[in-house]
Amino acid sequence: MIKKPTLDAKIPEGPIGEKWTNHKFNMKLVNPANKRKHEVIVVGSGLAGASAAASLGELGYKVKCFCIQDSPRRAHSVAAQGGINAAKNYQNDGDSVYRLFYDTVKGGDFRAREANVHRLAEVSNSIIDQCVAQGVPFAREYGGTLSNRSFGGAQVSRTFYARGQTGQQLLLGAYGALMRQVDAGSVEMFTRREMLDVVVVDGKARGIIVRNLVSGELEEYAADAVLLCTGGYSTVFYLSTNAVNCNATAAWRCYKKGAHFANPCFTQIHPTCIPRFGETQSKLTLMSESLRNDGRVWVPKKKEDDRKPIDIPEAERDYYLETKYPAFGNLVPRDIASRNAEEVCVQGRGVGPTGYAVYLDFADAINRLGKDVIAARYGNLFAMYHEITGDDPYETPMMIYPAPHYTMGGLWVDYNLMTTIEGLFALGEANFSDHGANRLGASALMQGLADGYFVIPYTLGNYLATEKPAPVNTNAPEFAEARKQVSQGIKDLMNINGKTTADEIHRQLGDVMIEYVGMSRSEEGLKKALKKIPEIRKKFYEDLCIPGNTKDYNKELEKAARVADFLELGELMARDALERKESCGGHYRVESQDEEGEAKRDDENFCHGAVWKFKGEGKVPERLIEELHYEHVIPSNRSYK
Amino acid sequence: MKVNLKIWRQAGPDAPGKLVDYSVENIDPSQSFLEMLDTLNEQLVKSGQEPVAFESDCREGICGNCGLVINGVAHGAKGGCTTCEIRMRQYNDGDTITVEPFRARAFPLIKDLVVNRTAFDRIMSKGGYVAMNAGSAQDANLQPIHQDLAEAAMDAASCIGCGACVAACPNASASLFVGAKVSQYTWLPQGQVERSTRALKMVKQMDSEGFGDCSNHAECEAVCPKEISIANISRMRREFSKALFAR
Ligand SMILES: Cc1cc2nc3c(=O)[nH]c(=O)nc-3n(C[C@H](O)[C@H](O)[C@H](O)COP(=O)(O)OP(=O)(O)OC[C@H]3O[C@@H](n4cnc5c(N)ncnc54)[C@H](O)[C@@H]3O)c2cc1C
Ligand code: SF4
Ligand code: FES
Repeated sequence: MIKKPTLDAKIPEGPIGEKWTNHKFNMKLVNPANKRKHEVIVVGSGLAGASAAASLGELGYKVKCFCIQDSPRRAHSVAAQGGINAAKNYQNDGDSVYRLFYDTVKGGDFRAREANVHRLAEVSNSIIDQCVAQGVPFAREYGGTLSNRSFGGAQVSRTFYARGQTGQQLLLGAYGALMRQVDAGSVEMFTRREMLDVVVVDGKARGIIVRNLVSGELEEYAADAVLLCTGGYSTVFYLSTNAVNCNATAAWRCYKKGAHFANPCFTQIHPTCIPRFGETQSKLTLMSESLRNDGRVWVPKKKEDDRKPIDIPEAERDYYLETKYPAFGNLVPRDIASRNAEEVCVQGRGVGPTGYAVYLDFADAINRLGKDVIAARYGNLFAMYHEITGDDPYETPMMIYPAPHYTMGGLWVDYNLMTTIEGLFALGEANFSDHGANRLGASALMQGLADGYFVIPYTLGNYLATEKPAPVNTNAPEFAEARKQVSQGIKDLMNINGKTTADEIHRQLGDVMIEYVGMSRSEEGLKKALKKIPEIRKKFYEDLCIPGNTKDYNKELEKAARVADFLELGELMARDALERKESCGGHYRVESQDEEGEAKRDDENFCHGAVWKFKGEGKVPERLIEELHYEHVIPSNRSYK
Repeated sequence: MKVNLKIWRQAGPDAPGKLVDYSVENIDPSQSFLEMLDTLNEQLVKSGQEPVAFESDCREGICGNCGLVINGVAHGAKGGCTTCEIRMRQYNDGDTITVEPFRARAFPLIKDLVVNRTAFDRIMSKGGYVAMNAGSAQDANLQPIHQDLAEAAMDAASCIGCGACVAACPNASASLFVGAKVSQYTWLPQGQVERSTRALKMVKQMDSEGFGDCSNHAECEAVCPKEISIANISRMRREFSKALFAR
């Protein structure tokens, strides 16, 4: 393979543990009196956006914050259940900044940038301090100290949690901080606005075009920098654990304006979700990963065995994770658990009405510990499962199946979180992040808040102090041009006047994505996807129907515009997956496996981030790379046997 | 199964509204209530009509975005859950179901079943937080908090800001919503510094938004999907009077 020149991530010099400290000192500062002269746009109000907007407001910048929901408090971060990691070592069980760094790099299967991950681990402790000081009601021990649990197979207890509502509580903390700045006048909040383009003036991001989702009007806003905190793109699969309004639109439009997109094929499919029941389903519900601590995963040994689970004798059950991975058993990492579930279902041994489900059985745990103990641990999850499926998990095994959950890929950013468009930064799940090819549980919340509370306040200041952006306002011709383009795009969609709804097309795309660009990927399948996606796109542009008009609250129009972008992003994901001929983390290429059928990384050829550059409509994008270097965590094979 | 629907349709804030009859067939009992409405909307769109505008996002009971009055009850009769958590299995074949928006003076209607709840954000901006700039916090374990207090704070903090309490209240009061937030911080040491001003400022904002007074109907508690207790309202009142007298 011909090696391309590598992108410069601007990683500071020095030993790993001193890079961030030195960098903070070396970065330029904006004089306090000058901060209020700088306008900053923050798109998104999830953990990343709310924490960034609030912190920048506290520093004195003039911030405008945008979100698509009716309130910033509803951003999708609110749905996170399990918890947030930090290297506090409050349990005295051997944790440290270095260990959190090490685990995260290794968990990401050596496809994340060491320097970023180390910084993440360093600031993790400040996040917990900050959130507790805000009044986030984390779980506590009898003695009043903070409680921790081990999460997602970690060997130390470093996860902080607030019942099963950790994301909600962290978000409400950040939202409170944001609303305080709104009251103080330093942040202006714009709800029910969807960003449809970034405005680039003289090569720098200087504003955005949004659609007011109530009036339907397009609006323009100018600033000295734009922060994209718009979340992940799991909804490209249509069915996922993400909220139904999650989208890739803001990031995608930035990509088309020059912000490169990194590792789009790195997606996480979470193993424990409630299986799909039928055609009209709109989303998949995540069941906490903690269930695997006591539940045993199995399928019948025989194909198409339609007996009730209790009628299947022990000897005819296959506890496939326990037999294949004796050391970790049911607690293998997410990617492995998911892939194996798919495998047994493809073999025809899946259960439930669709054949795409496996059992998660608590009978042994109930016998061993008693129903009360199990109820205390998982009572609300069992109730939720019962409510959704009509089955009682105390009586019959749960059925679970993997579902798209998180996207490690995203806009490429350097160490300062800046994209390849100067002045455009990406935070939280929207960037290609610190998680490499696989994210460990409880680390997305950490990253979102790290970016917003503790990284961007420094790196943005450095950018503004160094670049001293010239004054700009929305009268600049670039705003009119961007607005014209967006408006034309909307008109084009409205004028198709066909018969197919945006959801129907989205479902078709989702089926292709999950089949060919889902848990296991093959050259043949990916090539099929690259043929099928353009066909679906063609159908979309020929037969889409959107009722109503543009100058109104119009959900169908909103959905259609998002699907248009997914139809392009999906293709890039398939292309990225095809080019990465190795297996790593959540990306499993069937051609790249070892003798035992486990994922085989190819460090010689693929120890890099794949960074895609847009080359124009209808043109094949260019694949650049960011070479990755491991000085501290030496790449090894992840073995869970 | 099949259901008949009577759904509130209103093109805009100033347009006249009325209940319109629809029916949806071939419903899977595992479908959620909102998925049933999705099916209806898909039918409407395909026949060239405007779909029913309603809101949702997480579809698992945590974002607070959805909210419909179903057969006269905010979030439906089942209780303890949000609209998006309702499954069709709880209805019978042939049932007629009325669907209306969360109505309140402080929640102006936008379209069909969609209302504007930004009044809640404005109330929160007056004190729904502990003023703590990023970077100024001490080590998190320096201040132990009794487990019971942390749990009580968590109970109050579970509010998802859906507004069902307002929709259910004969006076359209937001007292349960505000009471929950005020209470969360009364339980926690971090909340003490601003304790005397928080209740005053939030209640004042609530009043100025056009929410009514609380007259102990307890309808709010009955519909609250997170089962927030009305004890939080009494606590808010105590905080409010204490703060008034302390001035
Ligand atoms: C069910 C579930 C459970 C999870 N549990 C955990 C967990 O236990 N621990 C953990 O660490 N992680 C967890 N995660 C992952 C984690 O929640 C997310 O990765 C993280 O919250 C993302 O935060 P964010 O701020 O980047 O984006 P989000 O919270 O998704 O916020 C995106 C924001 O951008 C806005 N936006 C989007 N598009 C536009 C646009 N075009 N214009 C304007 N605004 C826009 C939205 O309105 C929203 O405000 C979970 C995820 C899911 C789905
Ligand atoms: S108190 Fe209950 S009903 Fe009222 S907004 Fe909060 S969650 Fe909704
Ligand atoms: S859609 Fe989020 S609570 Fe119902």
